[in-house]
Amino acid sequence: MDRRRFILGSSGALAGGLLSPGVLRAASGEELPAGAVASGILDALPGKQPLIKRSFRPPNYETPIAYYKHAFTPNDAFYVRWHTGVPEIARTEWRLRIAGPGVKSEREFTYEELRRKFKMTEVAAVNQCSGNRRGLFAPHVPGVQWGYGAMGNAVWRGVRLKDVLEDAGLNAAALEVVGNGADAPTLSGPDFVKSLPMWKALEPDTLIAFEMNGEPLPKWNGFPARLVVPGWTATYWIKAVTELTVSDKPFDGFWMKTAYRVPKGMFGASGFESQDTEQNSPITAIKVNSLVVDPAPGAVIERGKRAEVLGIAWDGGSGIRSVEVSLDGGASWREAKLGRDLGKYSWRQWRFAIQPAQAGTVTLMARANARDGATQVNSLVFNPAGYHHNVVQRVDYHVA
Amino acid sequence: MSLKEALRGAILLAGVAAPALATAADETSLRLADGAGLERVQAYCSMCHSLDYILMNSPFQDKAGWEKTVNKMVKVMGAPLTAEDITSVVGYLDSHYGKESPPAASP
Repeated sequence: MDRRRFILGSSGALAGGLLSPGVLRAASGEELPAGAVASGILDALPGKQPLIKRSFRPPNYETPIAYYKHAFTPNDAFYVRWHTGVPEIARTEWRLRIAGPGVKSEREFTYEELRRKFKMTEVAAVNQCSGNRRGLFAPHVPGVQWGYGAMGNAVWRGVRLKDVLEDAGLNAAALEVVGNGADAPTLSGPDFVKSLPMWKALEPDTLIAFEMNGEPLPKWNGFPARLVVPGWTATYWIKAVTELTVSDKPFDGFWMKTAYRVPKGMFGASGFESQDTEQNSPITAIKVNSLVVDPAPGAVIERGKRAEVLGIAWDGGSGIRSVEVSLDGGASWREAKLGRDLGKYSWRQWRFAIQPAQAGTVTLMARANARDGATQVNSLVFNPAGYHHNVVQRVDYHVA
Repeated sequence: MSLKEALRGAILLAGVAAPALATAADETSLRLADGAGLERVQAYCSMCHSLDYILMNSPFQDKAGWEKTVNKMVKVMGAPLTAEDITSVVGYLDSHYGKESPPAASP
């Protein structure tokens, strides 16, 4: 059996009952809007497992939590997020154009040229939508009402953006790299275009990727090539990327200037000064976070028997230092056992054994601590667009 | 241990084939509440997106909230609504999917 068959088979193993989209309620009173629960049915896009459908068109589909038992999220269970229609591009038709006032000479590459000319490399990294967990905001804010599943972890393989930019040659005017994909708006709305500061574009782990988890990117996830910007939220990971413009001034398109913004200073420095304003900053690095995966929240646990809780923890690239678990409402905390370190941008699995002696409800809290000293928050840092939800999770288990 | 080995390990957790869980749904299965303004909602909103955007974003927006959303669709996204259309669409959304109304219809 080849690897593809294994990948396809792997997600099916989890389809045995933990996939209910109803398991999206956190014990802390946070829950999705009633209309999102009712319309969030399981639905399979071609080539994908049944995922939690948030919207049919454009397709926005969320990964059921049970798939996060895997260190890497199977491609066919990886969440899907588009602002407009999904482009269909043949590999042979696809071109990547490098241009703009910040480069010495323009370039255009075919799929084969790009792969042949530059060294292929890979990175394990979490891809998390800026709006992951937006649906759990209290009060609710408009937008795609994501639960916990607008994210995935994968091994991304491709060429370094840095190598490609340096082949075109950067001049002193280079300020931002502006990425555009083959998708286009239906009416006269703004094209989905995002920029990166030069320092982030030139990091060795920032890639133009062709593959995830050893397979070509599914069209739902950016075939034939997408940007991979480890540590930053997925809004920058332009799918079906076709144009990279090195600009000499801040890019002012709607999706940079107006959307994907957080109030200035609320979440620390953005690291993207050319896009900061007096009032706000672009959302950039992922905040430290964790998720309880198994047993699923609300599961029944046998009294007196040892049960192992599996979770994951991640941040924007400093790496996970520890995960602490509390069974007494936060009065005392004990360290969970961390799994293998698969790289600083990957999430890290953790395990914690519980053995409840009494029947009733056990409430488990989990808190991840990053190597840079950051930790999860105890209450929501409210912001109007519904970003950076990293509140310490509370999960109830029923002991019987 | 290399990433490749770790990946293979993850994949080898694999098991049986997937049971048929998929619904055969598409956006034509979505049903919105009957009422004045529904035809305009169907005509204009579905130019760019399926109508589950409305269901999903309910029932927590008040009239001012829906007004803001509809204005964004017109001014930023280019939805071709007249002032009369906007009044009708906002009225419909507020009546059927506004903050005070009961939970929205399921698809």
